[in-house]
Amino acid sequence: MSKYETYLLNRSGLADSHTLDVYRENEGYQALEKVLKGGFTPGQVIQLVKDSGLRGRGGAGFPTGLKWSFMPDPEKDKRSRYLAVNADESEPGTCKDRVLMDEDPHGLIEGILIACYAMRVGAAYIYVRGEYRHSYDRVAAAIDEARRAGLVGKDILGSGFDCEIWMHKGAGAYICGEETGLMESLEGKRGHPRPKPPFPAGFGLWGQPTTVNNVETLQNVPYVILRGADWFKSMGTEKSPGNILVGISGHVVRPGVYELPLGLSAKEILDDFAGGIWKGRQLKAWIPGGSSTGFLPASMIGVAMDHDSLKEAGSMLGTAAMMMLDETACTVRSMEVISRFYEHESCGQCSQCREGTEWLHQIFRRLEHGQGRLEDVELLSSLASGMAPGKTICALADAAAIPTHAIVKHFRDEMEAHVTHKGCPLRGGDDSTSARKQVEVNA
Amino acid sequence: MNDTNDASLFSDDAEPDVAVSPEAPAPVLPEALVREFEELATHYPERRAALIPALHRCQEELGGWLTPDMLEACAELFGLEPVEVFGVASFYPMFHLRPVGRHVVGVCHNIACDLRGAEDILARACSVTGCEPGGTSADQRFTVVRLECQGACTAAPMMDVDGIYHENLSEEDVERILGGMA
Ligand SMILES: Cc1cc2nc3c(=O)[nH]c(=O)nc-3n(C[C@H](O)[C@H](O)[C@H](O)COP(=O)(O)O)c2cc1C
Ligand code: SF4
Ligand code: FES
Repeated sequence: MSKYETYLLNRSGLADSHTLDVYRENEGYQALEKVLKGGFTPGQVIQLVKDSGLRGRGGAGFPTGLKWSFMPDPEKDKRSRYLAVNADESEPGTCKDRVLMDEDPHGLIEGILIACYAMRVGAAYIYVRGEYRHSYDRVAAAIDEARRAGLVGKDILGSGFDCEIWMHKGAGAYICGEETGLMESLEGKRGHPRPKPPFPAGFGLWGQPTTVNNVETLQNVPYVILRGADWFKSMGTEKSPGNILVGISGHVVRPGVYELPLGLSAKEILDDFAGGIWKGRQLKAWIPGGSSTGFLPASMIGVAMDHDSLKEAGSMLGTAAMMMLDETACTVRSMEVISRFYEHESCGQCSQCREGTEWLHQIFRRLEHGQGRLEDVELLSSLASGMAPGKTICALADAAAIPTHAIVKHFRDEMEAHVTHKGCPLRGGDDSTSARKQVEVNA
Repeated sequence: MNDTNDASLFSDDAEPDVAVSPEAPAPVLPEALVREFEELATHYPERRAALIPALHRCQEELGGWLTPDMLEACAELFGLEPVEVFGVASFYPMFHLRPVGRHVVGVCHNIACDLRGAEDILARACSVTGCEPGGTSADQRFTVVRLECQGACTAAPMMDVDGIYHENLSEEDVERILGGMA
């Protein structure tokens, strides 16, 4: 279907794609064999991942090989070391790791094993958000299968390499997706992020060297090993190579998770993959990479979906979770919803974030419901500036501040219209969220 | 299954005083669960790491919510103060610290679902079950709660019923799914 080369989701269309047999019939565990039996040193694996240019798919886009190289030299630092797999997936709009875990759990296991070999880690924990029961069961069953086949545990494939993989269930807190919040939660505590430094590579789980990687990041690794860095760089852009899972939701004809090379224009993804805006309507606003990346106007739909292009456009690739709003949607209402989320999820350690997220939500709420003031627009800007960047322990405060700046920048008119109109102009001032009036306006 | 409103879950005084020998009150955590938790604890260098998975299992197996007795029993098992376990349990939205109905219905109200009618889905879930959002129906059959993003955004709107996702919902679907539940 896609005119672009795919790899991440190739198996997921097959019957029983989650089983070891089907995985093995389709290139499964060949990369692991290549590493363990082909004489690769851990350093060579890290170098290959560096050369591929693979960047993390958890939201920050950090180069994966470089991150792995931060782990201390095991000759000099004899402490236990860990890999924490981030399967907490809770940034609104994001639902891609779930597809991988459900459809291709052995792909995750193989990626984990190679990462652990490269960093000489003996135990990995997969932190799965508690609500993903099906994904949890799928991955847990795959680990059991792999263990019985000698692929997990002691002396893997007779190579002398030992590696355990354990499942761990979260319990519904978004902040546990932040890497240090995840580690606290995994240790059985409240998910309060830790100040950095120290960084996880020096002081992670139980104070030991730890690397945190996203599910999709790790699932890229076997392909990089098997097909090489040059192949990987033949897809995507120079600085953002490879394919990425793009989720597209909201007011589109065919919402879904699509595997696409980095750097396609958002317009191509919207029109050719998601089938355009639903109900024959026009695009009004869109979010490129999860709720924390904020709204962009329809006029910017031509921007390329890669880290640098979106940064230049004043936004972020984030988790590549695109959301589309048609002409009848209200950006202020949507910010009411988004700011409510960040208020709910703030862990409360930093006053700027705890108080700031609450204020943002209250102000968006009063704008939407007809009690706003013209000064509220500036108040929102200054509140957001007081929260981020770099003013709090973790980046949740940024995640609330960035979309606030974005709506002020791109949709100030709509915010002000809520004041002059004493409520949402798209709902005719109707205060009930369930009885939204679908007013047809021309963008 | 336990009636989750049973006062005996709150206090020792309400233990039935017949046919129970005083030296052997029923343990809060059944032996099988304790064995399971001991095994879980071996996955980690520190026992405490098994706490959150253990709380999940308590909630699943022992009546849908975490009673003070269960929190205390887990504290003892993992060598923690009860208040510490309470602090952890209360941090995580998936844990219920009050009784819930026999079925817990969660409706995602975050952005992707909101754009596709989540508030209408929630309103219908409430009217079918006779619950207020966040509340339990008078007949103890249902509790309905609002949820943040559940990672089902490309299949919005969605609801979670007793841990199972229902996606791409219409209001009629809600009626059909919840209407038939005992
Ligand atoms: C508030 C917050 C929430 C986050 N949630 C997630 C998440 O659910 N999944 C994820 O992989 N990364 C999440 N991250 C990013 C992680 O901190 C971390 O950068 C990532 O897991 C690293 O993996 P990668 O290098 O493979 O991308 C979150 C970050 C913040 C600040
Ligand atoms: S920024 Fe917010 S979520 Fe992050 S540690 Fe501070 S209070 Fe907690
Ligand atoms: S917004 Fe409802 S599942 Fe993501």
